Amino acid sequence: MSKNSTPIRTVSTPAEGEAGKTGDWRSQTPKIDHEKCSQKDSCLLCWLYCPDGVISATFPLEINLTYCKGCGICAEECPRKAIEMVDDK
Amino acid sequence: MATTSVKQLPKTEMILPGTRSCAGCGLMLTYRHALKALDEGKTIVAVPASCMTVLHGVYPITPVKVVCINNPFAATGAAASGIVAGLKATGKSDYTVVAFAGDGGTYDIGIQALSGALERGVNFIYICYDNEGYMNTGTQRSSASPLGAVTSTTPILSKLQHKKDMIRIVEAHDLPYIATGSPAFPFDLFDKVKYAKDVLGSRYIEVHAPCPPGWGFPNKDLVKMGKLAVESGIHVLFEIREGRFSLTSRSLAMAKKGRKMNVSDYIKGQTRFKKISGAHLAQLQEFTDKKWNESLERHFRDNP
Ligand SMILES: Cc1ncc(C[n+]2csc(CCOP(=O)(O)OP(=O)(O)O)c2C)c(N)n1
Ligand code: SF4
Ligand code: SF4
Ligand code: SF4
Repeated sequence: MSKNSTPIRTVSTPAEGEAGKTGDWRSQTPKIDHEKCSQKDSCLLCWLYCPDGVISATFPLEINLTYCKGCGICAEECPRKAIEMVDDK
Repeated sequence: MATTSVKQLPKTEMILPGTRSCAGCGLMLTYRHALKALDEGKTIVAVPASCMTVLHGVYPITPVKVVCINNPFAATGAAASGIVAGLKATGKSDYTVVAFAGDGGTYDIGIQALSGALERGVNFIYICYDNEGYMNTGTQRSSASPLGAVTSTTPILSKLQHKKDMIRIVEAHDLPYIATGSPAFPFDLFDKVKYAKDVLGSRYIEVHAPCPPGWGFPNKDLVKMGKLAVESGIHVLFEIREGRFSLTSRSLAMAKKGRKMNVSDYIKGQTRFKKISGAHLAQLQEFTDKKWNESLERHFRDNP
């Protein structure tokens, strides 16, 4: 039997979607009203409080819906009520 | 300089999207901002069995960009000590070692290894994210769960004991830096982790991390719950630098303007308190008032 000289390596590599497309978990989707949004980088409370970091920090705001879990925190915390949670069919 | 605007926070995310943590998770928001305060290539994280391990993902991929070592449940303090020793032996002096454990892994099963590391003055940051129970395994009680909370191991009478005072235990080790934080106050949290990064010796930060499924509140209310905890005095934001105690952020503002919320405002949105008795509620309020008054006294004594 030949000696196995390859070291066993159990180091994970960083990648998106470790848990799959977590956008599938949503029952409600955030919709941004860009007119209502202040479009000021001094606000960005939605970006600040999104646990999953899926809101862009640049305007017009974009939400990565492949991974947004639909928690609704962004809509709740937006001071201008510019984000609405819409029921997914 | 204290962070006062979103503009000052680094925009790079250290956690890639599509993680296993629940929607609206307080740990996720905590970790997201804590990692922004650390250097991507120069941070090594030690994590015990917990929701944090789940967040870190299943081999061969992970959503987190910093190097992480998964350690046994009770061993976080020891694992971090080993990493620090290894870095020293290989002459790498520019790394920050950060242990990141839940309250079960800190207050209960990990306390021996933690106390050992703190007593040796190991050069690392220990962050306890306190979601007040063993959440990963189904909301069992821990010594950090509050009085009156229903958990899966206190289903009938709810919890009969107050939360353990972990800060006092940690303080007994004479650390150069101790702080509390909340993901509902990300600037304060970011600043404390950033400050801790440059302190030598053992640093301890405890973050109150609301957990929607474990506490029984809607996902969207995560930030509200975190704020209510601070505004009711259930969780006090402070830091202790070389023994000097200072209130920070919203708690500091409350010290000046007064506390307007009470415990009943905080618990009413959480189903874990659905069985709380009038007597327990009064005890929880009394316990909270006592801690708040002690914090005020210490703050004004150390900051005349
Ligand atoms: C020695 C040992 N006992 C029990 C477990 C099972 N276990 C894994 S995670 C966990 C709960 C962790 O609770 P906590 O530290 O509070 O973190 P949270 O899950 O709340 O994030 C338990 C009991 C284990 N992994 N090892
Ligand atoms: S919180 Fe609201 S107003 Fe502020 S940037 Fe986000 S969407 Fe715009
Ligand atoms: S719903 Fe939740 S996950 Fe989706 S963008 Fe808003 S805060 Fe982020
Ligand atoms: S159980 Fe609680 S702490 Fe754990 S991932 Fe879910 S929300 Fe986060």
